[in-house]
Amino acid sequence: MRPWTASRAARPALFLLCLAPALWLAAGAWRGALGVNPIEKITLETGQWTLRLLAATLAITPLRKLARWPELIRFRRMLGLFAFFYASLHLMTYVWLDQFFDWKEIGRDVLKRPFITAGALAFAAMLPLAATSTRGWIARLGGRRWQRLHRLVYLAAAAGVVHFWWKVKSDVREPALYALLFALLLALRLPFFARNARAAAGGQAAP
Amino acid sequence: MAQRPDFSLPYSMVTPRSVYLNRRRWLASLLAAPAAAAAAQRLDNVRKTGYGKSEALTPYEAVTTYNNFYEFGASKEDPARNARNFRTRPWTVRVDGEALKPRTFDLDEVLKLAPLEERIYRFRCVEGWSMVIPWIGFPLAEILKQVEPKSTARFVAFETFFDQRQMPQSAWSGIPFPYVEGLRMDEAMHPLAILSVGLYGEVLPNQNGAPLRLVVPWKYGFKSIKSIVRIRLVKNQPPTTWNLANPREYGFYSNVNPDVDHPRWSQKKERRIGEFFKRDTLLFNGYGNEVAALYAGMDLRRDY
Repeated sequence: MRPWTASRAARPALFLLCLAPALWLAAGAWRGALGVNPIEKITLETGQWTLRLLAATLAITPLRKLARWPELIRFRRMLGLFAFFYASLHLMTYVWLDQFFDWKEIGRDVLKRPFITAGALAFAAMLPLAATSTRGWIARLGGRRWQRLHRLVYLAAAAGVVHFWWKVKSDVREPALYALLFALLLALRLPFFARNARAAAGGQAAP
Repeated sequence: MAQRPDFSLPYSMVTPRSVYLNRRRWLASLLAAPAAAAAAQRLDNVRKTGYGKSEALTPYEAVTTYNNFYEFGASKEDPARNARNFRTRPWTVRVDGEALKPRTFDLDEVLKLAPLEERIYRFRCVEGWSMVIPWIGFPLAEILKQVEPKSTARFVAFETFFDQRQMPQSAWSGIPFPYVEGLRMDEAMHPLAILSVGLYGEVLPNQNGAPLRLVVPWKYGFKSIKSIVRIRLVKNQPPTTWNLANPREYGFYSNVNPDVDHPRWSQKKERRIGEFFKRDTLLFNGYGNEVAALYAGMDLRRDY
């Protein structure tokens, strides 16, 4: 029996699902239903959806291997690109709605304020990944180099959580939750990393 | 002869617009919370003053649903939700320390200490947003005079009510309780500093610091301590909660100052709640004419 993840409707369905938070925010902004400080709300929501989608992207590999569910690879690029989409909305909200393109002030923020530096770093790490997400780029770079480049996703996730953690005033529960989630997703990979390293060293896996 | 259709009514029977709108607000508050509706009592005999008449008021809805009151949770919507059943009666305020006549005031006595006035003040939060709020209250100096401060009283220390059982969300807020704040004596005696018991003509909603809070309009909002149970006249500068939590980011004075950044964000501008474009933040929140003399000769960068 074909798993539902192999069905033709699965990808469009996931696409709509990933788009839903953005549509919900847009509808809320239109109806004036985003609360008393809508710009703060949009900033917070787009930031959180970036982290959630990054976590979803990073969950694909462990799930494929541990749950023996290889079809999941079909969704990884879309999840990663949606993470980048929400990160872009987040950055746009800051540059446009919060700072109104005051580049001098934005520059000072990035240099002087560590939490914004971390956020900028996370976005910078995601940029080349989004740019090289196509089949053509995989071919051009070659699988191994492409994969090495895409390890930047770990930097993006770490910098993203630090960005969130340093931003909150005193209640760190939410950033701590994301930190834990990313730590778990990383820990689940360690066995594969170890195996790959042994394989790369030319030796055979231990009998 | 044509009969008038029976759905036609004389214009005199039309509900006045203000009543209609009030009814909607009343219904909304009933749906939102029975306790909140009961608490929305009008305050009588409030003297209007000239303060802030030219400012556009921030809507009641925003003033009462977007609050920092960490005892009831660290999100802006938490206090309105979690402070609904907060018990604000009976309530007493102890005023003591370096005073000749220390005493405990019952809230009913506090309400009769001085004529209640409406003061429309700008309110600037350290986080970068601001509101314009029609407070009701009286000068803080009035209650301090009652206990006859000694000449040794150089500072005033304030303390917020704290009860873990009524404020279970406080455990996650990440700051120590009870919340404490402080002013220098001359700041406390300044006529702009008030004790507030209401806003928008009504008794202070719980989430706004009922039944009695400080309002110091030229300082960042966190200085305006809520739900006060104790006021102490002291010799030395008292500890203050946010300064204890993060001394680099929150100073004792915390005067609104566009030239002194918070380490994590600029204080040059602010978002007035309800407005799209940010506006420039004013030194002493625009109350410089009245209060700048208090800080003559001080380095406001060092004493932030």
